[in-house]
Amino acid sequence: MFTRSIKLLVLLCFVTTAHATPDIQHWQTEKGVRVYFVEAHELPMMDVQVLFDAGSGRDGDKPGLAVLTNGLLSEGAEGLNADEISQNFENLGANFGSSASADTASVSLRVLNEADKLQPAIANLKRVITKPDFPADAFERNRNLTLTGIRQKQQSPSALSKDAFYAAIYGDHPYAVPQEGTEASLQSITIKDIEDFHSQYYVASNAVVAIVGDLTRKQAEQVVIDLMNGLETGKRAEPLGEVKPLESSKVVRVEHPSTQTHILVGQPGIQRADPDLFPLYVGNHVLGGGGMVSRLFEEIREKRGLSYSTYSYFMPMKQKGPFVAGLQTRTDQAEDALVLMFEQLRAFVETGPTEAELEAAKQNLTGGFALRIDSNSDILNYLAMIGFHELPLDYLDTYNDKIMSVTTEQIKKAFRRKLSTDKMVTIMVGPKPETKTE
Amino acid sequence: MKFILYLKIILGSLLLGQFAGAQTHEFMLDNGLKLLVKEDHRAPVVTSQVWYKVGSSYEHDGITGVSHALEHMMFKGTEKYAPGEFSRIISANGGDENAFTGTDYTAYFQTLEKSRLPISFELEADRMRNLTLPTEEFLKEIEVVKEERRWRTEDNPQSFTYEVLMSTAFQTSPYRQPIIGWMNDLHSMTLGDMRDWYNTWYVPNNATLIVVGDVDAKEVYELAKKHFGPIPKGETPVINLRPEVEQHGIKRVAVKRPAELPYLLMAYKTPSLSSALKNPEIIPEWEPYALEVMSGIMDGGNSARFSSRLVRGKEIAAGISMGYRFISRLDHVLTVSGVPANGHTIDTLEEAIREEIENLKTTLVTENELERVKAQVVAQDVYQRDSIFYQGMVMGIFETIGLPWQKADEYVDKVKAVTAEQIQEVAKKYLVDDRLTIAVLEPLPLDPNAPRPVTGGGEHVH
Repeated sequence: MFTRSIKLLVLLCFVTTAHATPDIQHWQTEKGVRVYFVEAHELPMMDVQVLFDAGSGRDGDKPGLAVLTNGLLSEGAEGLNADEISQNFENLGANFGSSASADTASVSLRVLNEADKLQPAIANLKRVITKPDFPADAFERNRNLTLTGIRQKQQSPSALSKDAFYAAIYGDHPYAVPQEGTEASLQSITIKDIEDFHSQYYVASNAVVAIVGDLTRKQAEQVVIDLMNGLETGKRAEPLGEVKPLESSKVVRVEHPSTQTHILVGQPGIQRADPDLFPLYVGNHVLGGGGMVSRLFEEIREKRGLSYSTYSYFMPMKQKGPFVAGLQTRTDQAEDALVLMFEQLRAFVETGPTEAELEAAKQNLTGGFALRIDSNSDILNYLAMIGFHELPLDYLDTYNDKIMSVTTEQIKKAFRRKLSTDKMVTIMVGPKPETKTE
Repeated sequence: MKFILYLKIILGSLLLGQFAGAQTHEFMLDNGLKLLVKEDHRAPVVTSQVWYKVGSSYEHDGITGVSHALEHMMFKGTEKYAPGEFSRIISANGGDENAFTGTDYTAYFQTLEKSRLPISFELEADRMRNLTLPTEEFLKEIEVVKEERRWRTEDNPQSFTYEVLMSTAFQTSPYRQPIIGWMNDLHSMTLGDMRDWYNTWYVPNNATLIVVGDVDAKEVYELAKKHFGPIPKGETPVINLRPEVEQHGIKRVAVKRPAELPYLLMAYKTPSLSSALKNPEIIPEWEPYALEVMSGIMDGGNSARFSSRLVRGKEIAAGISMGYRFISRLDHVLTVSGVPANGHTIDTLEEAIREEIENLKTTLVTENELERVKAQVVAQDVYQRDSIFYQGMVMGIFETIGLPWQKADEYVDKVKAVTAEQIQEVAKKYLVDDRLTIAVLEPLPLDPNAPRPVTGGGEHVH
């Protein structure tokens, strides 16, 4: 009876959210920029994000190049210096941001939809994207700041574990190297490298624009023209190389003077385009993705009090993103916690979720769908993802159906296909095991 | 995941934000529970937040961390719902939920599709009074809290330094205690402490219920009466506020921990808005707003003085920020924190910061800078409406520290009224050595073979 009534509620919810899904408009500019737009007239503002296929996966033999290039965009452009560029945004109350990940490099802008604010903010953003100067002093300074950031990671067991994990699961694939580069690789980068990187990848054919805000379609088209028409057409980046599967299990220990040991376990997972994506996503929700309701949370934290946070996730990327499970615990109980985590992973890959667990996961994911698209910034992020990965425009409309159609059998099969628990990488960062925490 | 929220983070963004309170409705239940409803019909969702007037600044020596530990135990079952059941029900309804503890509040929230609001009310009303606090759950959960402390503080040299800074800056004020509690207090915490704390503070007249989203205020009021109405009113004790005693001279403290980079933390004792409203003859109301704008001029974006002059310009800082605690029950601090750039020392960084502070006292900030901060505040006022959660959060903080929520609506206008002369005046009055505490993280080698230091925050055999 209980389950049945919940089901009813879920259906009701599905009906209410179905018509509330944002209407995504899509077009391509003459030069090949792919645009995704949602009209949202409730608030007098606009969000825009411009993404390029120009992440650290493109660094080649100069790790850190993509991040440095992205960070330098606003440090000097069209003869203006960093102060002038940031004043141009901030005097309007506009928020500018830039960031680079393994797959993408992006810039974003949030601004009020008033003529005396929107136009100048767009003009300044255009300058940053299309006419960066990469001044020598800014280049040196940003490289130095990056070096300091790399040093800072040495005092964070969490950062150390992440770096060790990526290095171990990705081998010679570009995803293996920290996005900000290494001390050695940063020394090898020149301004010429930055300029070349920019002219190769910051081009129209390699760009996606996502816009959400108080604009008509016509106004949005104009914004895109104003913003992007200075870009060369260029060529779309070639796909990155494929990720090789791990051949055997591997344990990496990094000594660190902390009181806890940070544990990460995992392997290369899936591409965004993987047909198993939904079964894996729903399945992982049961295993370690469901916040305060998951097997890992229950077994490691709720039943035994071993860790404050414990989780697992698949991070789908252009090439195979990682599958990772993690926890942090007092060093003298780290080995026990690791055994427990492995037991959970093996059991899940072996037998998958129960019907009841699957039902609960579906209820959460579909029942919470409305929350995931309740703000302009949420919708903007979805547009960027849909655009970059070229997902169908009805991605959000069909989301709940796809979740609901997943079966326990599909989950079990997908986990077995994608994960080999006998070939996992284990990272342990902390004091030597025998140095027990007092 | 049951986390601690440092008010600094929220208030850092309050400078960058306000909201329109036009559609906020206020109700009072007979048992003293205040209900605030803000209708926002942009999306079919609702956030429901229960804010209790209790947090680490209500705690006394020996039981530090009890507010936060109790927050964890609030998920561990009532007479009606087994441990973990709360989270399972919210999850089955597609909800996002969590809780957070600060110096002045403990708050619980659920964000749900709008038709599920009754579920949130049913569960929150139930755990306001009917927690069972089972021993076996307590014994496990207190270990989770200790792991949280290790993760947050013990193994994070900058957080560790912040903790030392606060306990040095404040001599009598309860803000000297960490929100998560001292490790030795966590070791000795008992279920009895927790039960007392729960019975004392978790009563409807010590709470504010806040609902923001696609709802009808009247209906929410009826629903609140149904679920929360039957809970009897309680009596909360009047606690000794223990305001900070006057400081006489600068305080300096060194913190030696395994780390790679040195870290500088400076804290100037400053008044909060509450003090200004209580003592307008000594602290005019415009002062906290002037401190807000000053903070924006120094650190409100990439064109602000810290980024422009110290990260660029002199290239002396790798990172630097200013945070002023505008909203708190008692007076708090304005902090400046920074990491020196490669090739620079803590001393040269401190000198450069002090020059900037002296400059505020001797030279008026420019009209352009003022206009920039004001434009940012006006714009953020709109941007923040993109998040129903944040809108609830602002009302919750104001109410819980004892200021009417309407006060938040004045923010933009009061900021707009700040003048360059007022900024100069607050700089002269508050950014002085007699209000200053400086903590410096002095890195010890990270090489694990080097001997471990003995530290005050270390653990005891148990």
